[in-house]
Amino acid sequence: MNRRFMNFTGKRNQQRGFSALRTLILAGLLCGLPIAAVNAETLAISCGAVGQELQLCKEGTEAWAKHTGNQVKVISTPNSATERLALYQQILAAQSPEIDVFQIDIIWPGILANHFIDLAPHIDAATIGEHFPAIVANNTVKGKLVAMPWFTDAGVLYYRQDLLDKYHAKPPETWSELTATAQRIQDAERAAGNPRLQGFVFQAKGYEGLTCDALEWVDSFGGGTLVGAGGKASINNPQAVAALKMAAGWIGTIAPEGVLNYDEEESRGVFQSGNAVFMRNWPYAWALANATDSPVRGKVGVIALPRGGEGGKHSGVLGGWNLAVSRYSAHPELAADLVRYLTSRAEQKRRAIAGSYNPTIPALYKDADVLAAAPFFGQLYPTFADAVARPSRQTGAKYNRVSADFYNAVRDVLSGQRQAGEALAGLQRRLDRLSRGGRW
Amino acid sequence: MTASRDSAHTTPLSPLSLQRIRAAWHFVAPMLLVLALVAGWPLLRTMWFSLTDANLAELSGAQFIGLDNYRALFDDPDWWQAVRNTLIFAGISVSLETVLGLIVALALNARFPGRGLLRAAILVPWAIPTVVSAKMWGWMYNDVFGIFNHLLLASSLIDVPLAWTASPDLALAAIIAVDVWKTTPFMALLLLAGLQMLPRECYESAAVDGVHPVKVFFRITLPLLWPALAVALIFRLLDALRIFDLVYVMTGNSRDTMSMSVYARQQLVDFQDVGYGSAAATLLFLLIALFTVVYLTVAKVGRER
Repeated sequence: MNRRFMNFTGKRNQQRGFSALRTLILAGLLCGLPIAAVNAETLAISCGAVGQELQLCKEGTEAWAKHTGNQVKVISTPNSATERLALYQQILAAQSPEIDVFQIDIIWPGILANHFIDLAPHIDAATIGEHFPAIVANNTVKGKLVAMPWFTDAGVLYYRQDLLDKYHAKPPETWSELTATAQRIQDAERAAGNPRLQGFVFQAKGYEGLTCDALEWVDSFGGGTLVGAGGKASINNPQAVAALKMAAGWIGTIAPEGVLNYDEEESRGVFQSGNAVFMRNWPYAWALANATDSPVRGKVGVIALPRGGEGGKHSGVLGGWNLAVSRYSAHPELAADLVRYLTSRAEQKRRAIAGSYNPTIPALYKDADVLAAAPFFGQLYPTFADAVARPSRQTGAKYNRVSADFYNAVRDVLSGQRQAGEALAGLQRRLDRLSRGGRW
Repeated sequence: MTASRDSAHTTPLSPLSLQRIRAAWHFVAPMLLVLALVAGWPLLRTMWFSLTDANLAELSGAQFIGLDNYRALFDDPDWWQAVRNTLIFAGISVSLETVLGLIVALALNARFPGRGLLRAAILVPWAIPTVVSAKMWGWMYNDVFGIFNHLLLASSLIDVPLAWTASPDLALAAIIAVDVWKTTPFMALLLLAGLQMLPRECYESAAVDGVHPVKVFFRITLPLLWPALAVALIFRLLDALRIFDLVYVMTGNSRDTMSMSVYARQQLVDFQDVGYGSAAATLLFLLIALFTVVYLTVAKVGRER
């Protein structure tokens, strides 16, 4: 209410400002005098709009704008990462100066590096050194720092504490425990008159999200991450087959068949409306699940994703977003300063508290205010620090094709059109051909 | 007859008609220029790219590789799946829209109170932007909280919720249903315009002779309506063959429902393979051109008879 009122008066002031400006210009024209150029510049930044991203981005850029006397235009982009990349490629291929600062996915530096400036000369080394070294390394392409880390992400498991308590179940440590617990609670709840309840929801639509989910299953069983150390495709292995067999067994039992068309927001829709016991998602869902209008507020817990078996490990795929400055920007210096501000410690802390966006600065995981707002940050620190990277650096410009081949194969297995072994053998052949035997 | 036509060809044109022809060209030239710029040039460029290995990251470095892209396309089972999906989609959706549109047009052609209001109301689905209606239907199709499953479960027609947009067997049918909902009004409108042009005398004499209404429809209405129907059909068919928005919004890049346009876009943009994607786009263009040529030929034969 308060904010709406402020916005309203803000707009009024702005309008008054405009009309004053108009009078000034008119006066200038009438007197035939040249008007001095205004010093303030307008920058444009593209921000995501998943969950509270857009609002937080607007607040952050407004603070910088007020501080420096410039203006920032926030441009919202599609929710799906695949679509966002397509949009960026079109804008950047046209060498358009329309957008100065781009919010880019952790897997894009390799694809888009040519279009961005080197940020290292604009930001001092000590500030860069505060961030997770793995992310800085990921964003450094051929010795050039193409993007500053803004927030990191790793896949985590959400669960309904109230339902687990009701059935005396523990949060699952392995995938088979998750399967058994989900099945038990789902059966009991449905028998008790809650027919819509689902055991487990995740992302299995044919897009990048499924690549993340499936890579977590495969890696948690010790099946690697698609491409081996030498660059050769490594997906056709017994652990990967076991992981996909397990996942295929969920469809129609603990997961609805509709999950095959779910992205992050649709799974959150099911979980947050109280219709699922477990959900795989990114940390942003925490703040939303605990928002005042959420039906599951205060009933949600978060843990690391389960291990693949007694010998397996917890694997969360590394996600997260970075800020890059376009080479075609008219004000690269100013844009770099905006990036420096938005990725700073203070701004990352604010975003962590207000929106549970994971900082990329390890020290913030020990900050008392941050931990009070998102307690799982501390306990899941290892998950975030050792998140599993997708093979985007090895595969470079071909990453999207690799990812599409992978999620298509996985989707065939999940929908029961092919057996896991057959699908992965086919995928291995495709990747071998695509990588020309590991040379990419 | 032939003599006069020959003489028209051999006698030089009068200065007046020469001037008229020149004036006509002057009037047509701007439009031809604009067409060449916005349609001809991109089309030729796409065709040229389809013969190269161009990449979206650096278009300037493209090398000529002949028909390699087309060969690879013909070997790709995903491409043939996309062709099949597109033809099934176009065939079924246009047939249903024609039949339903005709029924709606016949009903709206009758005189009854509130006809004007109803004619306006029926256009609502057509007026909603496709992306909005696709999203809306996506929510209604949702397997957990969607309205369809809720109604079907409540009326005990099904006992497990159906995954409308996720199941490989149902997804294409679900998309066709949305397209039928959206485009039937357009069909109905075109056919209604055709119906209102029909001469009333035929109907009056049929009524005097006491002909059965079904016979009236098949012997009078349908043959007289045929030209309008043919135009509406070809409009819809060409539109349906290049379907993109509905499929992309409802099921993304899923191979079960991917149309030829969605396939071309994925190659062009997601994979940055401009050469290969252009080849797919060119084949789609040729398919649509083929349908147009067939239509024009049939229409010409129909006129001459």
